[in-house]
Amino acid sequence: MGVSRRDFLKLSGGTVLVASLGVNLNPAKAYAQDLRIKNAKQTTTVCPYCSVGCGIIVYQENGKIINTEGDPDHPINEGALCAKGSSVIQLVNNETRVPKPLYREPGATAWKQVEWDWALDRIARLVKDSRDKNFKTVKKAKVKEKQPDGTEIMVEKEFVVNRMDSIAHIGSAALDNEECYLLQKLVRSWGLVYVEHQARI
Amino acid sequence: MTNHWIDLKNANVILAMGSNPASNHPISMKWIKRAQDKGAKLICVDPRFTQTAAKADLYAPLRSGTDLAFLGGMIKYILDNNLYFKEYVVDYTNASFLVNPDFKGPADLDGLFSGFNAETKKYDKATWSFQKDENGIALKDPTLENPNCVFQLLKKQYARYTPEKVVNITGTPMDKLMAVYKLFGATGKPDQAGTECYAMGWTQHTVGTQNIRAMTIIQVLLGNMGIAGGGINALRGEANVQGSTDQGLLFHILPGYNPVPNAAQVDLATYIKDNTPTTKEPKSVNWWGNRNKYITSYLKATYGAAGTKENDFGYSWMPKLDVGMNASWLTIFDKMYKGEFEGFFAWGQNPACSGANSNKTRQAMTKLKWLVNVNLFDNETGSFWRGPGMNPKDIQTEVFMLPCCSSMEKEGSISNSGRWAQWRYKAIEPIGHSLPDAEIINELFFKVKELYKKEGGAYSDPIMNLTWNYGEKDAAGKVKHVDIHSIAKEINGYWLEDVYDTKVDPPKLIGKKGDLVTSFPSLQADGTTSCGNWIYCNSYIQKDGKAVNMMQRRGKEDPTGLGLYPGWTWAWPVNRRIIYNRASVDQQGKPWDATRQLLKWNATKLAPTGKPGVWEGDIPDGPAPPMAEAGGKFPFIMKPDGVASIFGPGLVEGPFPEHYEALECPLEENAMSKQRINPTIKIFGDKIDVSYSCDARFPFVGTTYRVSEHWQTGCMTRHCSWLLEMQPQNFVEMSIELAKELKLTNGETVIVSSGRGEVKAVAMVSERFKPFKIMNSTVHQVGIPWHFGWQFPEDGSGYDSANLLTPNVGDANTMIPESKAFMVNVRKA
Repeated sequence: MGVSRRDFLKLSGGTVLVASLGVNLNPAKAYAQDLRIKNAKQTTTVCPYCSVGCGIIVYQENGKIINTEGDPDHPINEGALCAKGSSVIQLVNNETRVPKPLYREPGATAWKQVEWDWALDRIARLVKDSRDKNFKTVKKAKVKEKQPDGTEIMVEKEFVVNRMDSIAHIGSAALDNEECYLLQKLVRSWGLVYVEHQARI
Repeated sequence: MTNHWIDLKNANVILAMGSNPASNHPISMKWIKRAQDKGAKLICVDPRFTQTAAKADLYAPLRSGTDLAFLGGMIKYILDNNLYFKEYVVDYTNASFLVNPDFKGPADLDGLFSGFNAETKKYDKATWSFQKDENGIALKDPTLENPNCVFQLLKKQYARYTPEKVVNITGTPMDKLMAVYKLFGATGKPDQAGTECYAMGWTQHTVGTQNIRAMTIIQVLLGNMGIAGGGINALRGEANVQGSTDQGLLFHILPGYNPVPNAAQVDLATYIKDNTPTTKEPKSVNWWGNRNKYITSYLKATYGAAGTKENDFGYSWMPKLDVGMNASWLTIFDKMYKGEFEGFFAWGQNPACSGANSNKTRQAMTKLKWLVNVNLFDNETGSFWRGPGMNPKDIQTEVFMLPCCSSMEKEGSISNSGRWAQWRYKAIEPIGHSLPDAEIINELFFKVKELYKKEGGAYSDPIMNLTWNYGEKDAAGKVKHVDIHSIAKEINGYWLEDVYDTKVDPPKLIGKKGDLVTSFPSLQADGTTSCGNWIYCNSYIQKDGKAVNMMQRRGKEDPTGLGLYPGWTWAWPVNRRIIYNRASVDQQGKPWDATRQLLKWNATKLAPTGKPGVWEGDIPDGPAPPMAEAGGKFPFIMKPDGVASIFGPGLVEGPFPEHYEALECPLEENAMSKQRINPTIKIFGDKIDVSYSCDARFPFVGTTYRVSEHWQTGCMTRHCSWLLEMQPQNFVEMSIELAKELKLTNGETVIVSSGRGEVKAVAMVSERFKPFKIMNSTVHQVGIPWHFGWQFPEDGSGYDSANLLTPNVGDANTMIPESKAFMVNVRKA
């Protein structure tokens, strides 16, 4: 076979496009028979680590990811990946991933597994209790005020702040744009101003 | 990045200073090496001989925390040797502007600028201003000779940065210093392009922002901004830290860099007035003059129909900061340490290892009533209560670990350093019972809202009036599952009414109700458009009646040959690949360099309006014709004056960068002035906030860094066995000379200590560090990666985080912690 893996993907790219995909293996079945990915469905992704934005092809079969590799059509990485990018499959096929929510009671020495609904109900309750107790609609502050004679004096005034200072939030640059947008929308609707993430460190 | 990754190939000289791309952005080296293949030179300036240094044509070491001395010396060299690009400097920067004659700089005031108040540690910036004519336009001297012009003041300040003084401070060998200056200074010619790559090596200092400003001054002096192969490029550390910043997950900004309102901005009109720069300069575009459209469209996206003209589009529902309030990272953990927070969300982040002075961070969390940790893996944050030195029985914090899924188990976009928003597809269902972050957010929104509906409670208007139309709803009105595309479209923005251009007769329909807005120049200030984030407007558009997700595109055409790839995904703003690209042409619209033609004015070609004259190449910074033609505009469209700010009064510690030592340093005096440290930094005052300079207990300069095989705190990569096998545990890198002095051998276990904590590490003795000669004495430096933590591997064999050592003091402008220069000791374990 006088065709490199890279050329092969180039040849096949864009011929029988699956809606969301840039590459498809059908036209070169003969070659693909040798590959364990021959029946896999491909999707593209972008590496979740550094910010170069390298393209990766993800091969899925029977609901499992069986291979990941650099996307040769991607103009930045042209199929190449670093050590981290080459190992993204281990983020998925990984026994140490947390399968279900965990909960640790005050003073407890161990985690226990809980249901999503229970955990989220409990968090919603804690958020609301804290918000109800600590939400400030107005705050007093001293500000300069111009007098009719042109001088300025400090006066105490009441200002609308509509916020709560008893909950802080950090994160996250690991989220997608849409999730980041949604998250800032959520925490600001609760009145949080102590909102930060990785960009600050 | 003002430019983008592939554009590195277009440079003649690449300066990697404050970054280590070979280790931390490995694939970027593909483009740096491609430039080198064509004859370009790579310069690496770093305390350590890094992997980037190994590939560099020129390597120069410097002591951590002395970049400003190094760069100040480069400014002097460029000015002394007339290496600056005069036409560019005169036409496109404020070098010719005349400054207030009462302004005084560090050359006059021994390290300070005029207006300093020692009590408040703040400057009164009244004298940091320009002289103006009767029309309010800055007075200029295009000959650059007036002693009060920016150019002469720049010269005066950096005349003190002699090579002798610089090497005394930085420890850089004189021949290396001069070689760097000469090589980079040569990019001031119109046909030469020099670029700078920086990362945390520049930001994590008490003078971080000024490090970057100093380089920006160099880049505009050399005419390297806005051109292919040029720019000032932040190599960001996280896949979407560009995007998460764009989307406003910070205390001071909303999406699209609109400031978070403060309490004194009592209504929308005041907010807009406070945040809209004005200019009398007729040739300035002053793009932020559009603030009213962007904030109004954001409020419409947030509150929908509930936001009306009468109620200021819901402005009052937004939370407001106090005037001058800083709610940034270090402040959060200081307040948490003092017990001022009840609850805390650590979402996709591991502050127990990533925050400076981690002992303080970890102690702070014990004071919380509850903590929610959202992550793929358990980590040092979620499990803080069972960490080293903790007694779980004494810790009354209720802790939740919510498992989210990885990026291959959901869909959405992320923005790389080059501002390319690229779509990621879902390959499989989430593993186990993990959930996409968006689903967790959705659940929390509805559960809290439901409680308010049932029980009432504190001011619920901001929650009840929030728009949340992200997919099919159940009988109770809850969105069952989030449709990510609907969020992407909300971010892009919609026409909320049929909108007509009434300036023409008959009025012409410019936007149809329900359609996606094509790009941000169409956004309106009267509530007839919505847009969650104006800089992402144009990312999801209407084409032939269909919604098109621009971030999914995979076009490979490269019409300019410069590697802009305009058809590949989408870049903000409006698919512009190089920002400030109008500075790449002269006043006639002709490229400075015909071989790197990023943009060109074609005077004869007809524009869609029917008038002759169009820009060809990249998407230009606005459609205005070149400067020399009627209606021509200045290229730096985000600046009120339209030009690049060599004199920049916006920062807190001065309009020009001045060298100050790190908070913790080995010197009793700053060789440049009487002012040892940045006079405007905030120093926290608790017992746990200690720092030690010139203290025999901590004699060595320490710095943190990263390796290719791990990422950030290592939470994701330590859980990947292939990566952990390659880099299994913490190490501390030191010179052969220091190891000899300390009687340490390569490979033995040592303890690194600072005033704030200790961490175990394997001694890595190598030639990559060399002792520095500073003011006739020897200064040793060590380096330690910050990827490790006690929680995983579970046997503790990886040791713990280097941030146990770092000081919780921040840059005076951004409050980014000074993790790159501090003082430590090393001893046998």
